[in-house]
Amino acid sequence: MMRARPRPQRHLPLQVLLGFLVVYFLVPFWWVIVNSSKDAPGLFGGGNTLWFADTIDYLGNLQQLFTYDNGIYGRWILNSTLYALAGGIGATVLAVMAGYGFAKYRFAGRRFSFALVLGALMVPATALVIPTFMMFSEFGLTNTIWAVILPSLLNPFGVYLMHVYARDAVPDEILDAARADGAGEIRTFLQVAFPLMRPAVVTVLLLSAVASWNNYFLPLAMLSDNRLFPVTVGLGVWQGIASANNAGSTSLWSLIIMGALVSVVPLVIAFFTLQRHWRGGLSVGGLR
Amino acid sequence: MTLLTTDTKSAPRARDKTPDRRGKVRLREHVMGWLFVGPFGIVFLALLIAPLAYALYLSLFQKKLIGGTSFVLFDNYVKAFTDPSFLSGSWFVIRFSLVSIPLQIIVALAMALILDTVTSLFTRFSRLMIFLPYAIPTVIGAVMWGFLYSKSFGPLTDLFGLFGATPPDFLSGNLIFYGLVNVVTWQWAGYYMIILYAALQGIDPALYEAARMDGAGRWQIALRIKIPLIAPALLLILVFSLIGTLQFFNEPQILRSLAAGTIGPDFTPNMYAYQQAFALANFNYGSAISFALGGIVFVGVYAFLFLTRKRRTFL
Repeated sequence: MMRARPRPQRHLPLQVLLGFLVVYFLVPFWWVIVNSSKDAPGLFGGGNTLWFADTIDYLGNLQQLFTYDNGIYGRWILNSTLYALAGGIGATVLAVMAGYGFAKYRFAGRRFSFALVLGALMVPATALVIPTFMMFSEFGLTNTIWAVILPSLLNPFGVYLMHVYARDAVPDEILDAARADGAGEIRTFLQVAFPLMRPAVVTVLLLSAVASWNNYFLPLAMLSDNRLFPVTVGLGVWQGIASANNAGSTSLWSLIIMGALVSVVPLVIAFFTLQRHWRGGLSVGGLR
Repeated sequence: MTLLTTDTKSAPRARDKTPDRRGKVRLREHVMGWLFVGPFGIVFLALLIAPLAYALYLSLFQKKLIGGTSFVLFDNYVKAFTDPSFLSGSWFVIRFSLVSIPLQIIVALAMALILDTVTSLFTRFSRLMIFLPYAIPTVIGAVMWGFLYSKSFGPLTDLFGLFGATPPDFLSGNLIFYGLVNVVTWQWAGYYMIILYAALQGIDPALYEAARMDGAGRWQIALRIKIPLIAPALLLILVFSLIGTLQFFNEPQILRSLAAGTIGPDFTPNMYAYQQAFALANFNYGSAISFALGGIVFVGVYAFLFLTRKRRTFL
């Protein structure tokens, strides 16, 4: 006998509640989208702050944003991209290798070193900023791109994720079969294990690239040359200047609003297009 | 040849190999293991152990105008733990954690449970939208909320004006606490929701079927089955949010320029360390604060995990 299929569940009150929450989470985006269209009179004229003014001038504001101060904003975006890619890719390569090594080889000192990595999960990254700054200043590394890229390579959580994933998704039997067929250890890793680990690799890459892109405290401490700033530090500086002299900086405010909008676009696109990947990987850390 | 084994994965694989090959195999395991782990190990030593050791070393000295730098052992730490700025900052982040972390987790859990129960096109859309703030740098999030709170740009004046009420000023001394709670909740609740949602989706639906047969209602299923089963994920986000909140820096630092006078340079311990090190060039004391703060977080979280480890945590 067939059982009746459960009716699709609608739950109208819950959906309405969810609707309110969505509005809450979207309000800041909406504000930025609306207000980045305004010119100075529209912004300060006392009109509705959650709706468009009479003049909608996205292109004009964009042009201003990218030409202000010899196009420093474009430079900040490029810097952020460089830091995110270099830090993200570097951290991922290290994490994949280490996670695989911890999962698949019983070497001397393995338990102790893995315990160290787990302990490092609990050392907040920001607690390392001032110590790292002082060490780097001994070597003259502060105020260079390396001051931002090198510390981003340290990603103990990535190692932990890769360890869990390699342990569960790469069976020892397959590796042994590859070895028996005469493949060396490196080739076994690259051609047999790596393809099996790919979903977690994408997740770690995304998470570490996002962490580098979002980083603020580290570059704020390390960099003094504004041509090396990532976009987070740059906008923070602009905001400080604009708030310090309220009246004289009306044009800077519209640059900041447009700048905030432009700076979130790359990540929002990345998250939407790659959502299949990060969602699978996020569950790895949560479930075990 | 290795035989198929039903042993646990942690059993040494070299066991089945013939004795004369064993030494060679073991050596290869050692060498290859360290080759794979080594590069990360170098980064770990150079960028985690070395800075911490150096900061610890620096924190044991004091620089004076007269007499130069001298070894003072724990004087800087004694100074920190009697320094009203450090203590009030620490008290603030503790209070802030006690309010904001439960709030974020409750909001995230409620959203995850709703999204797990109801499936429609709209809930799929909601899931993405609620997660969206995670993609936003915390600095930009703080800048955006700064605009919304502001008297000149924000909608609060208009909104409350409709009812003839005075708008709340979330950048003032009384309300900045809640202003920051809101920014942090907006930023992170979606991320926690995704982690919890992924854990909920991993539960075998047969359990719900069985519970329904036994007469359990929707609430009972949520409270008695779903929440206990995702306890490890809840613990994970609790730890993450605790580590993050005790280190609070980005949001108050950004809102500082808008909330002149409300947020001082010693608002949180991390801001205080930053001020000591970079504004006052007092590196020894800044190191001591950084080290003390990092140490407290580490010990606190470790103790917490130790106490809850029976529940088979994520570690």
